[in-house]
Amino acid sequence: MMADGTAETARPDSGYNFAYLDEQTKRMIRRAILKALAIPGHQVPFGSREMPLPYGWGTGGIQVTASVLGPDDRLKVIDQGADDTTNAVNIRRFFARTANVATTERTQEASLIQTRHRIPETQLQEGQILVYQVPIPEPLRWLEPRESETRKMHALSEYGIMHVRLYEDIAQWGRIANSYDYPVQVNGRYIARPSPIPKFDNPKMDMNPAIQLFGAGREKRIYAIPPYTKVKSLDFEDHPFDVETWDEPCALCSARNSYLDEIVTDDRGTRMFVCSDSDYCGQRRDAGHRGHQAPPAGLLGQTGGKENR
Amino acid sequence: MQDGQQAPLLKAEGITHNFGALRACDDISLEVFPGEVLCIAGESGSGKTTLLKVLSGRLAPSAGRVTCRSDDGLAHDLYALDESARRQLMRSQWGIVEQNPRDGLRMGVSAGANVGERLMALGQRNYGGLRATALDWLGKVEIDGERVDDLPQTFSGGMQQRLQIARNLVTGPRLVFMDEPTGGLDVSVQARLLDLLGGLVAQLDLAAIIVTHDLAVARLLAHRLVIMRHGEIVEAGLTDQLLDDPQHAYTQLLVSSVLQA
Ligand SMILES: Nc1ncnc2c1ncn2[C@@H]1O[C@H](COP(=O)(O)OP(=O)(O)O)[C@@H](O)[C@H]1O
Ligand SMILES: [Mg+2]
Ligand SMILES: [Zn+2]
Repeated sequence: MMADGTAETARPDSGYNFAYLDEQTKRMIRRAILKALAIPGHQVPFGSREMPLPYGWGTGGIQVTASVLGPDDRLKVIDQGADDTTNAVNIRRFFARTANVATTERTQEASLIQTRHRIPETQLQEGQILVYQVPIPEPLRWLEPRESETRKMHALSEYGIMHVRLYEDIAQWGRIANSYDYPVQVNGRYIARPSPIPKFDNPKMDMNPAIQLFGAGREKRIYAIPPYTKVKSLDFEDHPFDVETWDEPCALCSARNSYLDEIVTDDRGTRMFVCSDSDYCGQRRDAGHRGHQAPPAGLLGQTGGKENR
Repeated sequence: MQDGQQAPLLKAEGITHNFGALRACDDISLEVFPGEVLCIAGESGSGKTTLLKVLSGRLAPSAGRVTCRSDDGLAHDLYALDESARRQLMRSQWGIVEQNPRDGLRMGVSAGANVGERLMALGQRNYGGLRATALDWLGKVEIDGERVDDLPQTFSGGMQQRLQIARNLVTGPRLVFMDEPTGGLDVSVQARLLDLLGGLVAQLDLAAIIVTHDLAVARLLAHRLVIMRHGEIVEAGLTDQLLDDPQHAYTQLLVSSVLQA
């Protein structure tokens, strides 16, 4: 993170301020972030700026990243666990160009990780920041469209309705069907949306040593989970929260504790399950772990540890 | 009922409420004691709904005071409480049955969830327990348990109103507010609902404040009755005495059914 308010000089693409946003906007966003950290899980409004990317491309996350990024940071950007999707590549390039920061694909090397839809499998550490891109920040929105009313419900902890939703799931399907963006209670107080990560990732939010920041661009909200904060996924005593499991390990690295994506490997419909976190999977393979469908060594090439500047 | 020793559950003193130049309630005072059913009757436009909203914490009066007593025996000046404390008190001590069940139900969730919501809000976290309670309450308001997972919009008006009553009574409130609970219903459906309400109120030893323009409702349910006209109470007393021997000319008119809707 950057030292207090000093304007950075690095400006490879002249015409932009460091990390694109002007210093006044960044200060405004930093104030919102500090407030969000002081009231874990509480949504803080901020004056969201137009960004050179359409909404839905993570403009909230980008503004948060731009506001906390400093010249010495090393940035990782993931989308669905992968560093090489269009969205991830665009955002990484955007900051490489406007802030000239170093980038990495290795979770443990990154000081700042912007993410859409996943939390890395590699345990985050103190000093790291995880920035989530949030499409819809308000967990009560499905029930109550009026902003004035949801604000009141949060203020008064009127959260009975969150369990009504889980009740309806169990009544209809015999279990809590919600598997993404599964609501949590932060620090025993505010109910928050974790953004559309799989519920598999929810336990990682709990007592995480890293700073977790959430930015919603269209809805102009920032919220945060400070390090080592309790984060509980809502449930019932007799229908406790649980996460997805798979019958088989990752076909490439044999990991049994990671979130797996099903991918089609040829035009005959052959499928395999592999880690959604490509950096994690690559690092495991580099360390010698091999899954039952891993190609012979050498064919796949080195996956982890790519760096560029 | 009130033996003089017992403190009232709710006490209104000098309630006045103005809508601009219009005085909808004018210097109204009344009390409700534990287990007592009070009806507020009068023509349309006499200020009944406005008064009920003031009494039930949903409309701050222009003047006057509402004091209510919670389980722990403490008296609270309703509108001196901050909103958080007031809402908490309302949620834990009271039920509010709206005239239009659509306003009092969550139309987008099942009957069972409608009944369970207040329990969940109070921290009940056992699905099996919630479901059992919901089924039990559907039975009490004569709704077939088979309908527990159906949406309220598939229910008839009478069923919706009964569901709203179950949703309010499930947490065992001490005082229930109802505005024209039989309002939009057919006469035969009204009779059944009144019968059910009368039974529940007696069985649960509930106190209730019921607004109605229909003196037949008051006759069936109320221990005490107040008659409103132009925002004022013109006459108050024990229901049977008041209806059998009305003193005020307006009440006499009302009772002679000339003014009954
Ligand atoms: N929100 C409001 N704004 C202005 N006037 C109102 C409002 N609500 C009620 N009134 C007026 O106050 C008077 C009493 O209304 P109300 O309490 O609804 O009577 P009732 O329930 O006995 O029919 C009526 O003249 C009505 O038009
Ligand atoms: Mg009315
Ligand atoms: Zn793997």
